[in-house]
Amino acid sequence: MEFRFTEDQLTFHASLRKALEKECTVAHLRALWATETGRSPERWAKLAELGLLGLLVPGEHGGLGMNEVDLVLLLEETGRVALPEPVIETAAVGAPLLAATKLAEEWLPKVAVGEAIVTFGHPLNPFVTDAHVADLLLLPHGDELHAVPRVQVALQHEPCSDASRRLFRVNWTPKAATRVAQGTDAQRLLAAALDRAALACAAQQLGIGQQMLDLGVRYATERQQFGKPIGSFQAVKHLLANVAVRIEFARPVVYRAAFSVAHETAARAVDVSHAKVAASEAAVLAAKTVHQVHGAMGYTWECDLHIWMKRAWALEAAWGTSAWHRARVAAAVIDGRGPAATFGYSAPGA
Amino acid sequence: MDLTYTAEEQAFRQEVRAWLEAHVPKTPLKSFDTRAGFQQHREWERSLNTGRWSAVNWPVEYGGRGVTLLQWLIFEEEYYRAGAPGRVNQNGIFLLGPTLMEFGTPEQKARYLPRMASGEEVWAQGWSEPNAGSDMAAIRATARKDGDHYVINGQKTWCSRGAFADWLFGIFRTDPNSERHHGLTFILVPLDAPGVTVRPIAQLDGETGFAEVFFDDARVPVENRLGPENQGWKVAMATAGFERGLMLRSPARYQNTARKLVEFYRAHADTADPCLRDAVARAWLNAESYTLNTYWTVSRLMSGGSIGAEASLNKIFWSELDLHMHETALALLGPRAELTRAAPDAGNIGDWLDGFLFALAGPIYAGTNEIQRNVIAERLLKLPKG
Ligand SMILES: Cc1cc2nc3c(=O)[nH]c(=O)nc-3n(C[C@H](O)[C@H](O)[C@H](O)COP(=O)(O)OP(=O)(O)OC[C@H]3O[C@@H](n4cnc5c(N)ncnc54)[C@H](O)[C@@H]3O)c2cc1C
Repeated sequence: MEFRFTEDQLTFHASLRKALEKECTVAHLRALWATETGRSPERWAKLAELGLLGLLVPGEHGGLGMNEVDLVLLLEETGRVALPEPVIETAAVGAPLLAATKLAEEWLPKVAVGEAIVTFGHPLNPFVTDAHVADLLLLPHGDELHAVPRVQVALQHEPCSDASRRLFRVNWTPKAATRVAQGTDAQRLLAAALDRAALACAAQQLGIGQQMLDLGVRYATERQQFGKPIGSFQAVKHLLANVAVRIEFARPVVYRAAFSVAHETAARAVDVSHAKVAASEAAVLAAKTVHQVHGAMGYTWECDLHIWMKRAWALEAAWGTSAWHRARVAAAVIDGRGPAATFGYSAPGA
Repeated sequence: MDLTYTAEEQAFRQEVRAWLEAHVPKTPLKSFDTRAGFQQHREWERSLNTGRWSAVNWPVEYGGRGVTLLQWLIFEEEYYRAGAPGRVNQNGIFLLGPTLMEFGTPEQKARYLPRMASGEEVWAQGWSEPNAGSDMAAIRATARKDGDHYVINGQKTWCSRGAFADWLFGIFRTDPNSERHHGLTFILVPLDAPGVTVRPIAQLDGETGFAEVFFDDARVPVENRLGPENQGWKVAMATAGFERGLMLRSPARYQNTARKLVEFYRAHADTADPCLRDAVARAWLNAESYTLNTYWTVSRLMSGGSIGAEASLNKIFWSELDLHMHETALALLGPRAELTRAAPDAGNIGDWLDGFLFALAGPIYAGTNEIQRNVIAERLLKLPKG
C-alpha cells in the first residue's frame, strides 16, 4: 500500500498551479463577469495545451489516457483560482462518459484539443452549467441518455449569486438520433457521471477552502486593531485553526475517493459521497469563518473573498448537497451491510 | 497511489488475527482503574509479550518485531477487531519507550525496555502539577543533585494509572535559578521509593484512574536521568509529540466505536429520533476520515517525512470525534442514558456511559484542545504570537 502521489503527479500539479496563477487572476475573473459569455476561449485553449482537458481522454483519441488519481490535484488547483470554465463537465465527466459510447471517435479528439465543450445534465441538478458555450449537451431523459448538439436546444438563463457561474434551464425534445444509451446502460453511465462530478466538486472545494483559509490568515496578519494584528487574538486564532483541521481531514478523503473512482472499487459511491461531504463542509466552514475574520470588509463587493465564498456555496449544492450525500452514506452503512472494509480492515462478522 | 495491501502485509494481518483469536481472554477484564482489573491487565500484557506482540513497532533487539508503521496500523486494526483489552502500559510502550530509544543510554534501554514490554513495570506520566497544567513550563517540583543521587521534592498530579503503577517519568527543576522551560531534567522515579507518597484521586466514574504523587526528599540515582541535565524540556516535547501524534490513538479504536454505534442505531431504529440517523452517519464518516488521515500520514512518514505541529490537528480531531460518537449513543438511549451498569434495565448502557465519561477527558488530556489550536495557529498557520 502506498497512499501518496508520484513525483510525476506532483510535478504536473506544480506546473499547472503556476500556469493557472498566471492565467486566472482575480483581475481576469472580474473582467469576465460583465461579458456576454463570461468565458475566455483563450484560457480554454491554454487548458487544453496544458493537458487538462484531454487528461481522461484515451490515448487513441488524442488524450493523455490518465485517470482520476492523476486529475484530482489538478482539479484542486482549478478550485484554488476559482476557474470559471466547465472543466468538471467537459474533462472530468463528459470525456470518460463519451469514451464509453459510440460518439467517442467523433467527439473526444475535439475535447482533447479544446475544440469542443461538453456539459452535462443530471436529475440532481435542475440547471445545466455553461450550456450557452457547450457544443454538446449530455442529457438524461427517463431511462435514456441523450447527446444533443446545442443548436437543438432552447436555453433560459438563470442568473447566479456567483458572478462567474452560468446556469441554464434547457428545453429540448428527445429524438432517436440523439439517444446514446438506455436502460441499465444509461443508468450505469449516469451513476458514474454523478460520482465523477461529485469527486471533482470535492477536489475543487479543497482548493477553494484552502484559498479562503490563506486569505483569512493573510488578513489576520495585516489588519490591526487595539494596536496589534487581529491574528494575535486567540478568538481569531482558534476560528482559523478549526478550518485548518477540517481541510486537513478532508484532503485524504478526497484522494481516496479519486482512487475508488479510477479503479471502480465496490465502495466507490460511498467514498465519493464521503469526499463531497468532507470537502464541502470544510469549504463552507472556511467561507463562514474567513468572512467573520474580515469584519465588514468581507461584506463588500470589492473584497475578493466572495469569489470563493459563493463558489463554495454553489458547489455545496451541486451534484448532491451534503445532506443528500450523507443520506446516501447512511443508506449504505446503516441499511445495507455497509462497505465491509477500509482498505484491509473488516468489522467482525463482515 | 496503490491502496491495496502487499502479500507480506496480508500475511502479517493473518498472523496477528490468528494469534489474537487464540489468546484474547474470552471474558472481558475488569477496568484497569481498579486494583483487581489492573492485575488482570498486567497478566494480559505478559501474555502479549510472550507472543512478541506487546510492542510490535519496537526494533527486534528491544523485544518488538520492527514492523513498518503500516503494519503497526494493521496490528491495531486486528487488535480492536478482536475486542482485545485496553493497554494498561500505554504510557510506557507508546510514549516513554520511543523516548528511551531516542535519548536513553544502552544501559537504560536494557534496564527498562524489556520490563516495560512484559508489563512487569507499568509507567505513569508526571508532567502536570497543581499550578502547571496547560502552562507546563511552570513546573516547580525540584530535583537537587546530591553526590550520585537526585533528591526530589514537590508534587505531581493527574497521573493516569498512578494509583497502581510501578514507575513514573517526569520533568523536575534541577536548576533552582532557572525559569520556564530551562533548567528542567527528565527523571525516572520508582513509585515505591522512600519519600514518595501516592494518593489516588477518584475520577468522574468513581474509580481511581489517576493519582497525585508527593515527593519528600525522595532519592533516585543519577543514572535514572534520561538525556542531559537541564535539557528535560526537549526530551519531554518528544514524548508529547508521540502522545498527540499517531501512537496513542490508532484509528481502529474509533472505527470500532463507529461500527458499534451503527449496530446500536440499527437495534433502536424504530424508536430513535430520526435526526439521529444523520448523526450516526456523520460519526461513521468522521471515524473513516480519521483512518484515512492516519494512513495518509503513515505513508508520508514511511517515505521519509516527519510529523511536527501537525500532531495537534490529529489530537483535536480524535478527541472531538470520540466525544461526538458517545454523545450520539447517549442520545439514542434517551431517558435510559442516566442508568449505570448496575441498573436492572441497563443492558449495554454501561459501556457507552463509561466511554462517554472517558471521551469527555479527551479534549483535556495530552494538552487541551485550546492549546492545540494555539499551536496550529502559530506554528502551522504562522499567525502572530499573542
Ligand atoms: C483523564 C485525564 C488523565 C490525565 N493524565 C495525565 C497524566 O497521566 N499525566 C499528567 O502529567 N497529566 C495528566 N492529565 C492532566 C492534563 O494534561 C491537564 O489536565 C491538562 O494539561 C490541562 O491542565 P489543567 O487541568 O491544569 O487545566 P488548565 O491549564 O487550568 O486549563 C483550564 C482551561 O483553561 C484553558 N486554558 C489554559 N491555558 C490556556 C491558554 N493559554 N489559551 C487558551 N486556553 C487556555 C484550558 O484549555 C482549559 O479549558 C490528565 C488529565 C485528565 C483529565
